[in-house]
Amino acid sequence: MRYSGFRILKEGLTGHKGWRPAWREPEPQAAYDYLIIGGGGHGLATAFYLASVFSKARIAVLEKGWLGGGNIGRNTTIIRSNYMLDGNEPFYEFSMKLWEGLEQELNYNAMVSQRGILNLSHSDAQRDAFRRRGNAMLMNGADAELLSREQVRKMAPFLDFDNARFPINGGLLQRRGGTVRHDAVAWGYARAADKRGVDIIQNCKVTGFRMNGGTITGVETTRGYIAAGKVGCAVAGNSSRLMAMAGMRLPIESHVLQAFVTEALKPVVPGVITFGAGHFYVSQSDKGGLVFGGDLDGYNSYAQRGNLPTVEDVAEGGMALMPIIGRARLLRMWGGIMDMSMDGSPIIDRTPIDGLYFNGGWCYGGFKATPASGYAFAHLLATDTPHTTAGAYRLDRFLTGRMIDEKGMGAQPNLH
Amino acid sequence: MIINHPLLGPRDAQEFSYLGDARLIERPDPAAPDAAQQFFDYLYLRENPAGSHRELWYHEQGDRSWLVVTRNTLTHEITEVELARNVALARGGRN
Repeated sequence: MRYSGFRILKEGLTGHKGWRPAWREPEPQAAYDYLIIGGGGHGLATAFYLASVFSKARIAVLEKGWLGGGNIGRNTTIIRSNYMLDGNEPFYEFSMKLWEGLEQELNYNAMVSQRGILNLSHSDAQRDAFRRRGNAMLMNGADAELLSREQVRKMAPFLDFDNARFPINGGLLQRRGGTVRHDAVAWGYARAADKRGVDIIQNCKVTGFRMNGGTITGVETTRGYIAAGKVGCAVAGNSSRLMAMAGMRLPIESHVLQAFVTEALKPVVPGVITFGAGHFYVSQSDKGGLVFGGDLDGYNSYAQRGNLPTVEDVAEGGMALMPIIGRARLLRMWGGIMDMSMDGSPIIDRTPIDGLYFNGGWCYGGFKATPASGYAFAHLLATDTPHTTAGAYRLDRFLTGRMIDEKGMGAQPNLH
Repeated sequence: MIINHPLLGPRDAQEFSYLGDARLIERPDPAAPDAAQQFFDYLYLRENPAGSHRELWYHEQGDRSWLVVTRNTLTHEITEVELARNVALARGGRN
């Protein structure tokens, strides 16, 4: 069924009796050519691009819980391509271009809203760093504008410009950045992949890999054994647990990152505003809630919930940046589990096991990367060669010294 | 989280900063023939378990001691706290 304005009109006039489930609930078959583990954004996008762009068939996505119940439903919905390093920026700009055409491609309203993302600067040194990053973005075909203090004030007059510790002296703006309705991304990819014959199997947890002489032959699951030609893992947050079943140790720690949303307010925050110096960023959802977050709690966790000191830290950041936030009441807060890699950048690569491929280490940048991650992973699975924009995301880069460390933090995952 | 410091008693985890897996105590021998591989393993690879995890915490806002904390990463429950110094000495480290 194709979604359209006409369809809504027709269904509205006929009692909404014609809508059908957006995807099937198939039983797992005995064997597939391509098995994707993880029915989140990245796994579903991978399956979609495998079927659509690379014309592959016999594809299944295995999800241990329900579709889109992991990090695709637990983030703060921001898209941007404001990176600096060569290994990253072309990839994220590719992702941004895919976001821009996503809804037409999927025939699904994902509420892609390019309302802009503004990084605030507070010192000459930080502004210089932003100028450099902005130039790197421009050289990779992205958009970037350096704003003066007055330009920022015009855009967001409610900020505390004369904060004693971090007075605002300007900012780096990417107008094409913005927000996307995160659940709709999972649903849109699922529906589009299902339409192209991909089996999406929910409540199917992988419990082990079956191998034959260093080559993968299939996976054991809670719904029985499934044979597979190639297996792609896209379970960021739980990558170490899954890959341990294949005998691998990863350059990854799992950490909890919290996020918050307030009651609905009238429109006040124009786009996404980040206050890196104060560990705080904020946007406003279409329902009106202020969606904000800060830094990691900072210790290994799989708990999907954080602790109060981080809540306090984020609230302090919010009050320092925009004191009006103190009048808003908090509606919900939650935590998601991040694959924090050793250089803050992701991994999309083959593994030492033939037929087993790995996608993970997304740190807290996974959501914005969803389309490009799926595309690049599908490219790798289909052709056994990395996509041109993802060639630096090697699993062995920590051994060879080719790290992609945007923040220059070294092998200290809780600081990236 | 409350960390029960062996010398100071229960302290708020906010007084501490976190380093990571307690295996970081076991620094490889830089003179070993396969030192490069060993240091790669030491520096970058992690068990990252879901469950009991031995990890290093530094009492930065307190007595500046390093602790080995055994904590469940699924529940954040802390089951054991030792002085990292004692752990290192017990495995043959020099004083």
